[in-house]
Amino acid sequence: MSVKDFNKIYWKSIAELASDVQAGKISAVDLVNKSLNAIENAKEYGAILFVAKDDALRRAKKIDALVAKGEKVGKLAGVPFILKDNFLTRDVETTAASNILKGFIPPYQSTAVTKLEAEGAIMVAKANLDSFAHGSSTENSDFGVTKNPHDKERVPGGSSGGPAAAVALGLAPFSLGTDTGGSIRLPASYTGTVGLKPTYGLVSRFGVVAMASSTDVIGPITETVEDSALILDVMSGRDEHDSTTIERSPDSYTDLKLGLKGLKVGVIKQHMGEGLDPLVKKSINKTVDRLRVSGAIVKEISIPSLDLSLACYYIIQPAEVSSNLGRYDGVRFGYSEQKAKTVDDVYDLSRSYGFNSENKRRIMVGTYVLSSGYYDAYYKKAQTVRTLLINQFNEAFKEVDVLVGPTAPSVAFKIGENVKDPLKMYLSDIMTVGVNLVGVPAISVPVDEVKGLPVGFQIIAPQKADRLVLALGTKIEALRQ
Amino acid sequence: MKKITLDEIKKLAKLSRIELSDQEVESLRGELENILGYVDQLSDVDTSGLETTSQVTGLTNQMRADEIKDYGTNRYDLLKNAPDSQDGYIKVKKVL
Repeated sequence: MSVKDFNKIYWKSIAELASDVQAGKISAVDLVNKSLNAIENAKEYGAILFVAKDDALRRAKKIDALVAKGEKVGKLAGVPFILKDNFLTRDVETTAASNILKGFIPPYQSTAVTKLEAEGAIMVAKANLDSFAHGSSTENSDFGVTKNPHDKERVPGGSSGGPAAAVALGLAPFSLGTDTGGSIRLPASYTGTVGLKPTYGLVSRFGVVAMASSTDVIGPITETVEDSALILDVMSGRDEHDSTTIERSPDSYTDLKLGLKGLKVGVIKQHMGEGLDPLVKKSINKTVDRLRVSGAIVKEISIPSLDLSLACYYIIQPAEVSSNLGRYDGVRFGYSEQKAKTVDDVYDLSRSYGFNSENKRRIMVGTYVLSSGYYDAYYKKAQTVRTLLINQFNEAFKEVDVLVGPTAPSVAFKIGENVKDPLKMYLSDIMTVGVNLVGVPAISVPVDEVKGLPVGFQIIAPQKADRLVLALGTKIEALRQ
Repeated sequence: MKKITLDEIKKLAKLSRIELSDQEVESLRGELENILGYVDQLSDVDTSGLETTSQVTGLTNQMRADEIKDYGTNRYDLLKNAPDSQDGYIKVKKVL
């Protein structure tokens, strides 16, 4: 890849692909083969853990047969996609990139995947991630690091590094990731793709390996914002299997009409100050200027407690991680240590082998902040600071329609650069975690490059205003040209 | 600077059901001191009069009918993932 193609487009829009399949202009088998070939030729990047070749081709043939009979085949007919390997896929191995789940064959699958398949989309591969989504670089995968398509010595970001790299490499028109503290937006920013983090609860998480349940969301990684809107439209809505899901909008999320004239845009003061790479800052300012020239009313907005969000997140998230990972006990499923003689040994030894050092670190921190004597000082305190953040976001949205800024403080860092210092690694999420704590939607759209590496622009809107982040996202794409 | 003792790490490991090597105990001690030292900044924040957040979209109890539904799986499918099973049950090691 050359440094100039940070926004190179490999596929027609998803809507066009599906309509071409329906019209018989291209076959689903051709689309799947294009994807499978691309995967085969991009092995050196380590984005993919498992290729579902036979299943994918079987589904594609079925769709082509229906088209031949003149039947209707769905909004995503024949469109290949790649899944982060923490989405359960029925009868297809799902590992969460962890040794403790190696070989696990789920007897059921995620609602999101079922909804996509119902519209004719075809899962072709499962992609790499930081084990259990614990990380910001994909270096914490138990099955190898994924390389950034723009510079193989750099990380693709994480934890959805595999899915983001896959789309950046053109391996499929879209992939799905999960975002607990920035795990869709950060890799989207680092790889020059579009990453959407929907409102908390808008997309069912049934059948997705849980990390921190009070902030986990799932969302698409795509080449364009328009594609992202279509995938959200198919996946969103209430699900009786996930009691945290909310009602979707009655209108389609693909209706992206928006006038920039008079739109009130707030540039987040805390994200433009100390710690931001000056060249990234320049790129962000350039985009903000374009919005202003197009008629948007731009002002600086301060969210005074935003700098506390990372500290808040690194209490709440490990607490929920330690609880959610309690189910891996070596007894019911997953790795089980055969040397163990008693049931206690099964627990201790299986978890000791199956979890990697980052998993263990988070379980230990979580156990600490939840343990008796520390619960009020840490966990309860963090959940109260969370209220402060929610209030301050609400105040900000009284003044502006959307908040904007960088997705990350810098472009992609080098492989190995942050592995020795966990806290430094955590700081890559400083501009994304606040969004998760307050449950609002956000998107990262590639706007520029710095030294040949992509820069992501983040747009944040109030809860349930997912259409607004998407609509403004398409405007930003148009202004980039 | 937050101080954590080796005994505290060992106790946490026990609560977490993880067996740690001596080397892991030592490195986790330093890492936890750093992480907890960083998150400690919240202790200076004035949160008086604020409620604690537990659910961000305002949903309260979500009820559904308690009905049996067919998911196309049976107990033997589910047991395939168990490390050991016998007569349709998960088999565990000695408890006592």
